[in-house]
Amino acid sequence: MSILLSDISKNFGAFAALDHINLEIPEGELVALLGPSGCGKTTLLRIIAGLEKSDSGRVLLNGEDKTHEHASHRGIGFVFQHYALFRHMTVFENVAFGLRVKNKKIRPNEAAIQKKVHTLLELVQLDWLHDRHPDQLSGGQRQRIALARALAVEPSVLLLDEPFGALDASVRKDLRLWLRNLHHDLNVTSIFVTHDQEEAMEVASQVVVLNHGRIEQQGAPSDIYDNPSNAFVSRFIGQTNIFDTAEIDQDWLKTSGLTLAKTQGQFAHVRPHDIELVKSADLAAEMGAYAILKDWQHLGSLIRIELAGKGAQPFNQPIYAEMPNERFKQLQLNRGDKVAVKIRNARWFH
Amino acid sequence: MRQSYIMPGFRPTLGFTLVYLGLVVLIPLSTLVFKSLSLSWDDYVHIITSNRVMASFRVSFSTSLLAALIASFFGFIIAWTFVRYHFFGKRILDALIDLPFALPTAVAGIVLATIYQPNGYIGQLLINTFGIKVAYTPTGIVIALIFISMPFVVRTVQPVLQEFDSTMEEAASTLGATKLQIFTKVIFPNVFPALLTGFSLAFARGVGEYGSVIFIAGNIPYVSEIVPLMIITKLEQYEYAGATAIALTLLVISFVLLLIINLLQLWVRKRSGQL
Amino acid sequence: MNAVTQSQHTVKLTAIPQALEDPTWVRRGLIFITVGFIFLFLCLPLSVVIIEAFSKGVSAYWDALAQPEAQAAIGLTLLTALATVPLNTVFGITAAWCITRFEFLGKSLLTTLIDLPFSVSPVISGLIFVLLFGAQGWFGSWFAEHDIKIIFAVPGIILATLFITFPFVARELIPLMQEMGSEEEEAALSLGASGWKTFFLITLPNIKWGLLYGVLLCNARAMGEFGAVSVVSGHIRGLTNTLPLHVEVSYNEYDFVGAFASASILAGLAIVTLILKSVLEWKQQRERGY
Repeated sequence: MSILLSDISKNFGAFAALDHINLEIPEGELVALLGPSGCGKTTLLRIIAGLEKSDSGRVLLNGEDKTHEHASHRGIGFVFQHYALFRHMTVFENVAFGLRVKNKKIRPNEAAIQKKVHTLLELVQLDWLHDRHPDQLSGGQRQRIALARALAVEPSVLLLDEPFGALDASVRKDLRLWLRNLHHDLNVTSIFVTHDQEEAMEVASQVVVLNHGRIEQQGAPSDIYDNPSNAFVSRFIGQTNIFDTAEIDQDWLKTSGLTLAKTQGQFAHVRPHDIELVKSADLAAEMGAYAILKDWQHLGSLIRIELAGKGAQPFNQPIYAEMPNERFKQLQLNRGDKVAVKIRNARWFH
Repeated sequence: MRQSYIMPGFRPTLGFTLVYLGLVVLIPLSTLVFKSLSLSWDDYVHIITSNRVMASFRVSFSTSLLAALIASFFGFIIAWTFVRYHFFGKRILDALIDLPFALPTAVAGIVLATIYQPNGYIGQLLINTFGIKVAYTPTGIVIALIFISMPFVVRTVQPVLQEFDSTMEEAASTLGATKLQIFTKVIFPNVFPALLTGFSLAFARGVGEYGSVIFIAGNIPYVSEIVPLMIITKLEQYEYAGATAIALTLLVISFVLLLIINLLQLWVRKRSGQL
Repeated sequence: MNAVTQSQHTVKLTAIPQALEDPTWVRRGLIFITVGFIFLFLCLPLSVVIIEAFSKGVSAYWDALAQPEAQAAIGLTLLTALATVPLNTVFGITAAWCITRFEFLGKSLLTTLIDLPFSVSPVISGLIFVLLFGAQGWFGSWFAEHDIKIIFAVPGIILATLFITFPFVARELIPLMQEMGSEEEEAALSLGASGWKTFFLITLPNIKWGLLYGVLLCNARAMGEFGAVSVVSGHIRGLTNTLPLHVEVSYNEYDFVGAFASASILAGLAIVTLILKSVLEWKQQRERGY
């Protein structure tokens, strides 16, 4: 089911949590609402679910105006950040809840409920826990039960609030992939809220970046990474070096390849992997622009290198470059080496 | 908590605690048992099964039960209102709930008697419009016991409602449950153990209550005479053995009832996964 | 993790989420029941005390309180509180220290036994002291020979009150000190502080509001206890009547102004107790950073 939000605003007192949000989500997508804490992403999710009323604007599900529809009639599934499992019920009863509270006329009979619940528990691979209580489960298991419970009522939209936020790092990795696959199988339009850009990029088919109650950018993960529409998105998604052309001397910029002729703004944003290092210190010194290698870290297949830029004016921040392991070994770099910096690609912002 | 080896004062504090506990509580209470041992079984049965004593047990337990039920009902509503709604004067009313804890029972007794006697503020109204006589009947006892025991219910339920995770309600709502279903299937089962605790505290307090009841009860033998008053009556007639027998019986029944309620509670908590 | 707490805060701002608000008629109905119940059961009795106390005018009120019997009752009530509250406070602190700072066999039994007086009817609490010290009691004859009166005298009243108010301070301190833990005290001890220094510089400042709270409740009960005291006092006017007993005696003699005048003092005590209790609760919450 498609989701259309038009002109949604929400204030908490003087604080504008959401500021004229317009958003369209086509059917079957898995969308990440991504932003720093306090950006309004959870509020937006709760407004879609009907758990919160917006001050203005409309919520359309599949073209139908549901703005004033109560949460219990919207046909959405909501997975809460801390799962909100009913602690006085067994896992089975938790999942069955949505079916049991249905109006008598449309409520499935007991056998149908049994069958459906067990199917769902098998889907989340936890049928063997059906008679346990939530307090006896691990975080990851609770998460999956919460998902099964939300799916039991066959929602047309699935909303997840920080679905991996309360989990251990190792469990989180597994569940991310699992959720992506599950979405692929079920093909329910899904939105999840996260503050972790890595998570958004890894799981979602579409990413919506929010900041200060406004949408900064919407697009496919690769799109957002490669073509950030503004400085905020560029900084927030992935690692970025920011060069302030007002502070760095012209020679250094020219040597490194950041030619001012192409300038479209004051700040150049450069991804670490767009920086190439040349171990020809003499050449660099000649040109008057170089960097000194301070330290490096192993990030698995990549090496991240920390550099101190050296120019006529001092650099305030370290420069980060990334390169594959093999390339790093070839260069045979040591701490304190002088290196020439070549910038392959940059994005300019004001 | 782990054992602390450097913490000083274990022997003196434990020693003082035990000695003081023994002197003030245990030795005096044990007299009850020893004194009743001086009675033969037949004498004991004779005292307890006398019609007037049996009637007083009936009066005490039935009025306490009814009062605890009514106090639980209203106490739940009051706790609910305090936790979930905002209204003018809430904080003062909330502080006032503890009044029955702080007000001496004799004061409560004479005030309630004054209000509910046939020419009293409310007593007049009730007898003239509905023909209900409150003071000097078991109804009066129930009124006094509701007054005394209501704060127990409010103060045990209130924190549980306060701590209740409202996302559970939201979850139920998104799953299509109505307000009534959310209350009966999600909120109430979670609050029920606390309500049961409040009920048992209210009931236990009611059974032993003396001061607030005797003024409004009228103390008519077989009708509105409560067990604590029976004990005092026996004492005033210098029937120490009789008083002891009744007191021990009251104590044992109360403990057994509390034990049953505690076991019931354990069962409820187990069943609802809170243990 | 920062984002996690943050997003919860925004939700908490609105207290009860909008989707869960009860229908207006339910809300109004329940507030009406609550307010009505409190007015009928709490506010009305409180005001009736004042109305009845002053029903014959202000001078009659003062005359009633100026009677020697009333004065003696006030004096005895103060004496009782003065004798019992400090003892039970010392006991409360000692017991809480022993129970929360050490592990030993029978600890939970001890905790249960401390609460025991709460579940004993006040009348029975009085009875047991009559059985101990009364004319036919265990120690009765010995005391009679030495011409010491316990029952129907002040010592009996103090003993019964001691029993009744026994758990108040301990009960307040035990959970508080349990929650506090002993790390701060262990730190002080490891830095070379003595046991007493540790208690006065570390423990006491941490538990002071809870301790005062317990003392307050203990005092209110000590001054207001009726059933237990009634059994052991013998109702000798001017000698063994505490204020609550004086209320009863006056009421039964149809001296309603006298009864309610004394009652108004006790009601005033209750109100002061409630106010101080609210203040202490607020202080405690603020200091614990809720």
